Amino acid sequence: MDRLEILKTYKLYINGKFPRSESGRYYTPEGRGGKALGNICQSSRKDLRESVLAARGALGNWAPRAAFNRSQILYRMGEMLEGRRAQFEDELKQQGSTAAAARKEVETAIDLAVYYAGWCDKYQQVFSAVNPVSTAHFNFSVYEPVGVVAAIAPENSALAGLLGTLLPIIAGGNTCIVLASTGKPLSAITLAEVLATSDLPGGVVNILTGDRKELLPIFATHMDINSLVASDLTKTQIADIKQASVNNLKRIVIHKEDVSKLEDPYAILKTQEIKTTWHPIETSIAGGGKY
Amino acid sequence: MAKSPTSFRYDYAQSPPVDQVGIAERAARFTTRSIKTSTKREGLDMVLNMIDLTTLEGADTPRKVQQLCYKAGHLHDSIPGLPTTAAVCVYPPFVKVARKALGSNSPIKIASVATGFPSGHLTLEGKLEETQRAVADGADEVDMVISRGRFLSGDYEYVFDEIAAVKEACGKARLKVILETGELATLDNVRRASDIAMHAGADFIKTSTGKISSAATIPVTLVMLLAIRDYHFKSGNMVGMKPAGGISKSKLALHYLVMVKETLGSEWLSNEWFRFGASSLANDVLMQIAKIESGGDYQSPCYFSQD
Repeated sequence: MDRLEILKTYKLYINGKFPRSESGRYYTPEGRGGKALGNICQSSRKDLRESVLAARGALGNWAPRAAFNRSQILYRMGEMLEGRRAQFEDELKQQGSTAAAARKEVETAIDLAVYYAGWCDKYQQVFSAVNPVSTAHFNFSVYEPVGVVAAIAPENSALAGLLGTLLPIIAGGNTCIVLASTGKPLSAITLAEVLATSDLPGGVVNILTGDRKELLPIFATHMDINSLVASDLTKTQIADIKQASVNNLKRIVIHKEDVSKLEDPYAILKTQEIKTTWHPIETSIAGGGKY
Repeated sequence: MAKSPTSFRYDYAQSPPVDQVGIAERAARFTTRSIKTSTKREGLDMVLNMIDLTTLEGADTPRKVQQLCYKAGHLHDSIPGLPTTAAVCVYPPFVKVARKALGSNSPIKIASVATGFPSGHLTLEGKLEETQRAVADGADEVDMVISRGRFLSGDYEYVFDEIAAVKEACGKARLKVILETGELATLDNVRRASDIAMHAGADFIKTSTGKISSAATIPVTLVMLLAIRDYHFKSGNMVGMKPAGGISKSKLALHYLVMVKETLGSEWLSNEWFRFGASSLANDVLMQIAKIESGGDYQSPCYFSQD
């Protein structure tokens, strides 16, 4: 007798837990050969609201953490991804990739995790500056996370694109809410299972699945989101989110490059603020003093 | 509204036992009401107007109290037409500061905790003296704590007499009696303490000090509302209710209003008879109102004054 196959329900990832959508809605995207991929939650604005609360709550834990510790945790993510290679490759194939492309994408994804793990405790030293001023001050500019970042992952690169969007954000001490690819959401939720077991505190990364068109305006108008990072948007969509986000002067970052291959420390800086500090000193060296 | 003192002494055995499972089920049902759009907006305004904006910290200073008084009257000036809170609630040494900050004709009442808040471990003379001084300094309302130790050891007479004595010391000020339900252990005790307080002359009964982790809950508040209802049926007198501590979200506050309406009726839906003791509830309600006013944009706490 034939077995009845079970179609997995892929749930959301909010605050370190795996809830279903508050709305009870789901959709069933089709993969290779028209085969149903799974039951995927169609997030509502309230799921988004909960994710922002979670991300805001986690910020006080994640941002002040030692950079080296963030680095260790991102590296651990790479290790956990490595351990689940087979599952990720299998899901990418279900979502339409060839075997070779799937293997390549998983490898790229793991490399991205290791790459940004390395940068966590280095971008400050490389990009911060001591500025020359003419008064008796040390004057230095350092990077600080902008806060809660929302990210719209690319539509076609389900795993590497998602990580290329996500990793520079959390490497810099931000917390985030990611909207996964609508058509290829499996990798995102499996990634959530990796995150949940890789020492990343709950709430630092929250993953939603669902309809971009529905959620974009909510992302843009939410007053407690500090920055919005997006890929693959149309010109009209970009104009709309820029307009809708003026109320709290959200920083909008539109990736033009292919984020799935984005090994670039400048990507971290896109969701950083610069803090410049004037620290008085008794006399300046320029003025002939010594200290 | 002056209340004629009850002339009869309360028979403590009369307090009916509480059906704990029934209360839990009834309480759960209040949280299923869907309150939307204009009804929600009216409810939120009502909640704001019922808040006793509270600061009861060891670190309080006169400036902090002044700031609280300003906030009570100017909740969020960028939204016109908002109500003020019902009252500010402070420790007795700050009553004078609050009176000076609010002036003598303010619609915002001044409530002062008294009688050795929060433990209640003070001599009776000390309690009465503290109460009289708070009222003389300008308090409109006094929030007293009952002697939970005496209550739990069965000395109900003492608790009754103490409340009656403090009521007398209050003079014109209204008396809120804090039962500290988190220390009373059972709903039966909550019911009995409510009955004792009302018969001894309480104008309000109040759940908690907010100083211990188990504070106001819907079931406890429901038991107290039912006690108020029975007392009203028996004596014709109205007694107010003030849940305090742990109510920090608008949605929960609306559930409380539903409970009051469905248990006691609309007469109790004003700040004369129902209050929330809260410090952070006001900002959550303001954020909800701002969300409605903005056409549905989710708000951030960064844009609302913290004190």
